[in-house]
Amino acid sequence: MKESSVHENAKKYGMVINLDKCTGCGSCMVACMSENNIPFKADETNKLDSITWMRVYRLTNKEPFPKTEMCYLPRPCMHCGGKGDHGHSPCVSVCPATATDYDHKTGIVSQIYTRCFGCRYCMAACPYRARYFNWWDPVWPKEMESMLNPNVSPRMRGVVEKCSFCFHRYQLAMEKAYLEERRELEEHEYQTACTQACPSGAIVFGDLNNPSHKVHELKKHPNAFRLLERLQTNPKVYYISSREWVRRSGDNYLIGENKTSTK
Amino acid sequence: MIDAALIPKDVKRCSFPVFLLGISIVGAILIWGVYAMFLCWFKGLNQTNMNDSFGFALWIWADLAVIALGGGAFFSGFLKYILGKDELQSIINFAVLIGFICYSSALLILAIDIGQPLRGWFIFWHANVHSMLTEVAFCLSLYFCVLTIEVIPLVLENRKLDSVPFFHHLSHRMHEVMAIFAATGAFLSFFHQGSLGGVAGVLYGRPFGYREGIFIWPWTFFLFTWSAAACGPSFTLMLVKITEIISRKKLIKDNAVQLLAKISGWMLGTYMIAKIADTIYWAFKTAPSMGFRFMDFYTASPYHGLWIFILEICIGGLFPAYVFLTEKNRKTPWLLWSAVVCAVIGVSTNRWVMVLQVTAMPVLPFETWPLYIPSWQEVATTVLPVAYGIMTVALAHRYLPVFPHEKELNS
Repeated sequence: MKESSVHENAKKYGMVINLDKCTGCGSCMVACMSENNIPFKADETNKLDSITWMRVYRLTNKEPFPKTEMCYLPRPCMHCGGKGDHGHSPCVSVCPATATDYDHKTGIVSQIYTRCFGCRYCMAACPYRARYFNWWDPVWPKEMESMLNPNVSPRMRGVVEKCSFCFHRYQLAMEKAYLEERRELEEHEYQTACTQACPSGAIVFGDLNNPSHKVHELKKHPNAFRLLERLQTNPKVYYISSREWVRRSGDNYLIGENKTSTK
Repeated sequence: MIDAALIPKDVKRCSFPVFLLGISIVGAILIWGVYAMFLCWFKGLNQTNMNDSFGFALWIWADLAVIALGGGAFFSGFLKYILGKDELQSIINFAVLIGFICYSSALLILAIDIGQPLRGWFIFWHANVHSMLTEVAFCLSLYFCVLTIEVIPLVLENRKLDSVPFFHHLSHRMHEVMAIFAATGAFLSFFHQGSLGGVAGVLYGRPFGYREGIFIWPWTFFLFTWSAAACGPSFTLMLVKITEIISRKKLIKDNAVQLLAKISGWMLGTYMIAKIADTIYWAFKTAPSMGFRFMDFYTASPYHGLWIFILEICIGGLFPAYVFLTEKNRKTPWLLWSAVVCAVIGVSTNRWVMVLQVTAMPVLPFETWPLYIPSWQEVATTVLPVAYGIMTVALAHRYLPVFPHEKELNS
């Protein structure tokens, strides 16, 4: 059986982020950086060369006061299924050294740091700017080195990295399940660091294909949308917002075009 | 002269001290570039002003530009050895030499540009057959080998080397089978020029670069090959002219210039029709289907304004095509050489647009388009291949019979 057809029945891990609940506190970003040993510089003001696997954007409706509204939008890697959801994600299909791969068993797009040689073609391919290049060698303050996560390898200078949906947690959970002679995980057994850190419960994570997982129903919410759906990248991160302007901010539209007419 | 024994017979060259002075000036620039190159290798790409939005920057543009401009080698070789255009005998050695310089430069730039240069071989070892960049790497490396083989007979024709019977016969035999290498070169060039076009064309997450196409090849695949064949000869002609001005000699026959300009004209004219058709389809069909208007790509930043589109299509495409295709204009020197320069600018602009603009343009509506100014290390490493090229041409012109009709044209 072809891998792509297996994927229909396999797990497809994804997220649903309720933007009405997100306060923009940044806990998800901090948790992500801590969990995944993400290096940082003394001065992180230049966001064009700093690494944030999970990045919170601030959106506005561009209306003058008093009609001004704001919304915070957390953006991890979208783990795109690609056109037709066959696993040909924009980045996976272009990597010349097969250093990024699509796992058909989980739907997670991986990054093999020791194979990446830093051509940055995947970054060019990703419309979400979810991929980051290590412009510097990672250096942590001496006291922090003992606090690094032993389950996540730090990345060296000159390679690309990105959100992995905390894949090491999936591996640990599966190992535990195997020891208990199980092949399936409970929803709570595999959760990403950002999901657990979100104080308002805005981020929900699970198997989009599994009816017993919350995300299965949440993704069908009438106000659910995905970023840049028109490009057919098939992201696995869904957003929910009750505000029309926020939903429209998730994609590009021609003047006079409404969201429903483009589907 | 101290090096008189190495200089081809019956041609005039400047005195050795003057030559040495010229080489030293270029050599100083070369050393500056080499210093910057080592900085990038030892300290990393943080020496550049590239960032996560401008991950493809000055180098990659220079890389694609020199590959397109080096296209004069494969196209001239194709015309001379496969189609039998013997008028090009006058320029073929020089075209091959320029191709060799361009492709060796391109490989060097790639070696500097990747974040982990010691892992560069992974592209062959862990090759992803779906990636256009894999095709680029294989075809580029193989074509460089072909160009090296094509250059060897020219090097062996040096007066001193030619006096060794083995080298003399080797050179002679290699000339006899050169058509095979020219054909191989044309085949490989078609694919790597094309796959470089495909690099941007397959990016379906990047509306500015994405193009539909046929089977696995986006239209940019064919447009890149076409434009390299059309404009590469212009670069060869431009460098011949510069060499003629510096050496104060006539180096190639007028009929070779006219024939190459005329064929380039047909290639450029037909390329422009295809390019304009592609642009219209993309502007009215592809981009709107992704939620973009044509002007969205040209008004978001003055850095990438409409001027760049006019420069590429009108000044760098339609004007030289018109001049090359009309005999009267083609035979008017100032118009001919202006068209040659414009064609070089046109194809270089196209590569800038299709590499930098494609990846820098934000796709998320709430992202911004940052400004990028290269660091001195980037400038120095981009100047490095230019200095290397000047030095190689100077050495080749002095010691090798690059222009077979030089003696006849200057007697």
